[in-house]
Amino acid sequence: MTQAGPADSPLRRFVGEFSENKAALAALVVVAAIVLTAVFAPLVAPQDPYDLASLSLRDARRPPGYVGSGGYTHLLGTDAQGRDLLSAMLFGLRISLEMGLVAGGLALCIGTAAGITAAYLGGRLGGALMRVVDLQLSFPAILLAFVLSALLGQGKLQLIAALVVAQYAYVARTAHGAAAAERHKDYVAAALSTPLRGRTVLWRHILPNALPPVIVVASVQVAGAISLEATLSFLGVGLPPTEPSLGMLIANGFQYMLSGRYWISVFPGVALVVLVTAINVVGDQLRDQLNPRLRR
Amino acid sequence: MVEILFQRLLQAAAVMLAMSVLVFAGVYAIGNPIDVLIGPDATQAVRAEVIARYGLDLPLWRQYLGFLRRFLEGDFGRSFVYDLPVLDLILTRLPATLELTLTAVAVAVAAGVPLGMYAGYRPRSAAARAVMAASVVGVSVPTFWIGLILILVFAVWLGWLPAGGRGATVAVLGTEWSLLTLDGLAHLVLPALNLALFKLALMIRLARAGTLEIMLSDTVKFARAAGLSEWAVLRHHVLRLIAIPLVTVLGLEFASTVAFAVVTETIFSWPGLGKLIIDSITSLDRPVMVAYLILIALLFIVINLMVDLAYAALDPRLRRRRSAS
Repeated sequence: MTQAGPADSPLRRFVGEFSENKAALAALVVVAAIVLTAVFAPLVAPQDPYDLASLSLRDARRPPGYVGSGGYTHLLGTDAQGRDLLSAMLFGLRISLEMGLVAGGLALCIGTAAGITAAYLGGRLGGALMRVVDLQLSFPAILLAFVLSALLGQGKLQLIAALVVAQYAYVARTAHGAAAAERHKDYVAAALSTPLRGRTVLWRHILPNALPPVIVVASVQVAGAISLEATLSFLGVGLPPTEPSLGMLIANGFQYMLSGRYWISVFPGVALVVLVTAINVVGDQLRDQLNPRLRR
Repeated sequence: MVEILFQRLLQAAAVMLAMSVLVFAGVYAIGNPIDVLIGPDATQAVRAEVIARYGLDLPLWRQYLGFLRRFLEGDFGRSFVYDLPVLDLILTRLPATLELTLTAVAVAVAAGVPLGMYAGYRPRSAAARAVMAASVVGVSVPTFWIGLILILVFAVWLGWLPAGGRGATVAVLGTEWSLLTLDGLAHLVLPALNLALFKLALMIRLARAGTLEIMLSDTVKFARAAGLSEWAVLRHHVLRLIAIPLVTVLGLEFASTVAFAVVTETIFSWPGLGKLIIDSITSLDRPVMVAYLILIALLFIVINLMVDLAYAALDPRLRRRRSAS
């Protein structure tokens, strides 16, 4: 759809418009930086937090700036096992991002498929499909995710399933709205008048045109999934202790907070909040840009 | 109207039935309840006796029907952990949760509506921009994290307020209330604030959007032309018009506040329903989990039903379309 080309190609214009909003641009840089440090965590982190041999209990619960027995400075302090908190956070970010991206991506696929199929079918069947989605939307995502992860038990796959079920409905609603608007346009009628099969028209013609708003919702859903995962893991019904995501790190530090050792919980929390807020700011800007009612 | 009422009631009952199947399947069919009920060193006779007593030897659909019948009779079973009837357990925890959620919703409305109306009335002022920026933070920062920061700042660093628990309570009509003692109030401040912040941000956004729109309407022009003071215009016209959508959202949000209370209650060790459900999940107390899940589903369905019916009663378009078809 978007070819690179002359100076005013849609893509160029889109990028230009995006970079006019300095806050959104800064947020995008923050997201990119966090993703990169998480991906390259094994190279960036001062310590391998899973390597038990490198841990010493003498280093446990030291404040930020403490020089540990490893001979280097723990910039953000250490946790209850004497782990370098910065390293634990970088590895925790990997898990949190992985959960957010996998759950958000699956919610995008399932939600889009459900939404545009319902819009294409229309009538009773399509209406019934959306009725189920609406019903689910009347329950808050956190409750659904909470109930499901309680029922399914702890584990990575279980949690992803819970997050996807809790979130696909938002994508489905958006995809349905966008696709229903496309469904009645002339180009769809034209495509349907050719010998093309209905399914081909649905995937080749309606889907690409309905996709932009859906992708925006899905990007915000990634932030939602990360935040939900952290909440569930904090409550002890999310990931098992073998997968120390940001939420788990925050939970582990909670008990030490009351005695004033704030850093174990606070720094992973700051990372979480910065990541989630940055994704939301980028998503808001994309939404404004793609909203035809706000088009200049 | 009667037709809509009947249709919606039928829908609600169908949803409730579907929920009960899901919960039953999830809680009873996944995993083996026998292992939870009977110790590994029990004799074969004890095993058989317990299995027969709980009906675990019956086919799954008969187990479900029995479960459904007991539920309709108000028999929610006994908690494995507390060895009390589940209904009693829930009823003793309910006042604490209600107290917390009602206070939080009240705070959100009392602060959110005026702030939002101001932000909509003077959208370009610095104060309005600050309010909106704060509301963005309120929606995107996870609740449990705000709770931790509240504890750290107000309980650990400043030492002004207690970090958890419910404090002293006074018994009124057989239930304990924290609202009525000074110590109880001090314990209530932080959790209520924590639970209120998300709703507060939501109220601010809704009230602002409504006010922005209505300030441009003819209603306000005519009211001003009639010589009413700005205060009277805001109070009598704008507030009254934005109240309708606000009340709707509030109804729906009340149920989600009860759900969110799980997070807040865990952080602040508030002895309510949310804490009970988390404890029951970690200790595999299945009857409590089932009862909680079904009651929350019931709460949501009843509130949604009431909102639907209120819409049907208020919106003449909906009324006409139904009677036409």
